[in-house]
Amino acid sequence: MVKANTANQALLSGNEALAYGAYEAGLSVACAYPGTPSTEVLETLAQFPEVDAQWSVNEKVAFEVALGAAISGARSLFACKHVGLNVAMDPLMTASYTGILAGFVVVVADDPGMHSSQNEQDTRWVALYSKLPMLEPASPAEAKEFVQEAFKISERYDTPVLLRMTTRVSHTKENVVLKERQVPPRPAFERNIPKYVMVPGNAYQRHILVEKRLQQLQTLSEKSRFNRIEKGSGKIGFITSGVAYQYVKESFPDASYLKLGMTYPFCDDKIKAFAKTVKKVVVVEELDPFIEDHVKALGVKVAAKDRSFRIGELAPELIPALVAGEAKQEIKAVKRKPRLCPECPHWATFAALKKLDLYVAGDIGCYTLACLPPMSALHSCICMGAGVTLSEGWHKGAPGKKIVGVLGDSTFVHSGITGLVNAAYNKAKGVILILDNSTTAMTGGQQHPATGLTIRNEPTKKLILEDLCRACGVDHVDVVDPKNLEEFRTILEKRVNENALSVIISRHPCKLLRR
Amino acid sequence: MNNRVYSITFGGIGGQGILKASEICSWAALFAGYHVKKSEVHGMSQRGGSVESHVRFGQRVYSPLVPVGGADVLLCFHPEELPRLQAFLKKEGADLSGYVEKATQAMADNPRGLNTCMVGVLSTRLPIQEEHWMKAIETVFKGKGVEENKKVFLDGRRLGQS
Ligand SMILES: Cc1ncc(C[n+]2csc(CCOP(=O)(O)OP(=O)(O)O)c2C)c(N)n1
Ligand code: SF4
Repeated sequence: MVKANTANQALLSGNEALAYGAYEAGLSVACAYPGTPSTEVLETLAQFPEVDAQWSVNEKVAFEVALGAAISGARSLFACKHVGLNVAMDPLMTASYTGILAGFVVVVADDPGMHSSQNEQDTRWVALYSKLPMLEPASPAEAKEFVQEAFKISERYDTPVLLRMTTRVSHTKENVVLKERQVPPRPAFERNIPKYVMVPGNAYQRHILVEKRLQQLQTLSEKSRFNRIEKGSGKIGFITSGVAYQYVKESFPDASYLKLGMTYPFCDDKIKAFAKTVKKVVVVEELDPFIEDHVKALGVKVAAKDRSFRIGELAPELIPALVAGEAKQEIKAVKRKPRLCPECPHWATFAALKKLDLYVAGDIGCYTLACLPPMSALHSCICMGAGVTLSEGWHKGAPGKKIVGVLGDSTFVHSGITGLVNAAYNKAKGVILILDNSTTAMTGGQQHPATGLTIRNEPTKKLILEDLCRACGVDHVDVVDPKNLEEFRTILEKRVNENALSVIISRHPCKLLRR
Repeated sequence: MNNRVYSITFGGIGGQGILKASEICSWAALFAGYHVKKSEVHGMSQRGGSVESHVRFGQRVYSPLVPVGGADVLLCFHPEELPRLQAFLKKEGADLSGYVEKATQAMADNPRGLNTCMVGVLSTRLPIQEEHWMKAIETVFKGKGVEENKKVFLDGRRLGQS
């Protein structure tokens, strides 16, 4: 745990500060599946014995367990990376209708610049789409403050609250003041069919309430201190949020600012009033024109960034060009790419795949790096679980080609199982390779059901992958150590040339495994 | 305390202890009473990729990133990363990469201490008292690592002063 100095100050990352803030606010249940840049939220929360923390099987499961806890009276939190929220969208959209009993905060961390992600989606649109309030801290200290307010808003307005982080807020460290934990009294769990059974008639009534809630939240947004006006010279006024605020403030210290901390619903009156106090309004935001589009729709004349700035993350030195309306100058600095560790078991697996010249439907994990030359032995990476399902599709689209599906153990448990059941049920043939390195390596080595240990490294029921695959209806299941090169290649070759559905579990522990 | 913000860029490749070095520096600035922001990119656990960390401190810090051309000090641990990272340095900024070789020689029998040794060199360029650096080392390291690192830090500090 982080050591604080005498003044209770600690140097915390945005994710850690958020976790401490939630802990102080009496959080009792926290669920997540790992994903950069959000992983440390749960890792920090798991250090507090008062918090029931878990690595869930995937984001949909995590969201639902946390939601259930909130509906039955416990302040709860769910955390994920941006693409993780896609997996949890189904419960999220309807949780907006049911609301909660005790506070429920949905933490989602976007990754502008794709430091470790497969796309650059801007989650702020989810607030609009799901009609949920969204808070957007610009620093670790704000993350701590905002999460505490998020619990209050959640309970006062009977709504899940979205807390949007970005990589630069999650992974910046800053002085943060620590306080005592205060647990609010737990509300009593009661059956409430009209509120929680979303059959059409009930859902219609709830939708009416959702629209009312949105209006009330807009009133809140108008007066919220999180939407703050900083009076400056009046020549230029910036509307900005998140880390973008920090960058602009540095370049234009004397300008006027409307710094949005509650980015949805918008504070329309405040925006219009602010615009009147300055000669020129400039919106500065990372990724999509989320604020820009809304401000324009209010009839406010704004100077907006060039489209080129919708791609990639902002940086302080890019601000002058952005404000001037110029296109982004791409700086072609070559960074070293990460590579598989020298002793990594994935090397052996992919060497065999390459030798047989296979088409490899891949997935996400350390092993995705096998796509890099000279190996170039992984040919797709779209979303978790797709190693299984995409390969089924490839067999249909390109019959006769030698195709395998590849995914890691954590990814298989996350969302590969359903694809395997689908393949067996639909009489698909082919080979699925599960790269079982006994950890979720890519995100720093988290436990999962097939490691037999919990988030706190306590022993638990261990999922036996080979038994599970057999139960799915697979014809052959082999377990092989890829470092036994000959044996591995022989089995792989045999299975690839058979007309059957088989799984090969390529089992060898990750070299960086924490024990 | 004036309004000046001090900016330090740390860089190298994974496994060189760069994040630890910037962590010591950040805690030292915190103990000295500054507002600190440290930014780093981590994520992929594999070895060998570029690692970069920025530390900024002053009375009030906004951007967690050092702007290009804005670093007072550059501490680069790997020669291949140097050309890229030099862009961060101010015209009058101090590039401490010249010390890395000296520090490596001084640390021949304890190569893992190189990062702390370089923090010692760095300490001579920043307005933070020795006691705060010591307290930072006590915070960042555990057990016997504390005394070892204090010693290595002081070696680096002497190197930086010479
Ligand atoms: C929906 C979703 N959740 C989380 C992530 C982040 N993520 C990428 S790969 C991965 C797991 C990798 O573990 P595993 O499949 O065991 O492969 P390994 O890295 O161990 O080789 C995670 C959590 C993601 N990309 N998408
Ligand atoms: S962290 Fe583990 S799985 Fe990832 S590249 Fe290194 S050895 Fe392989």
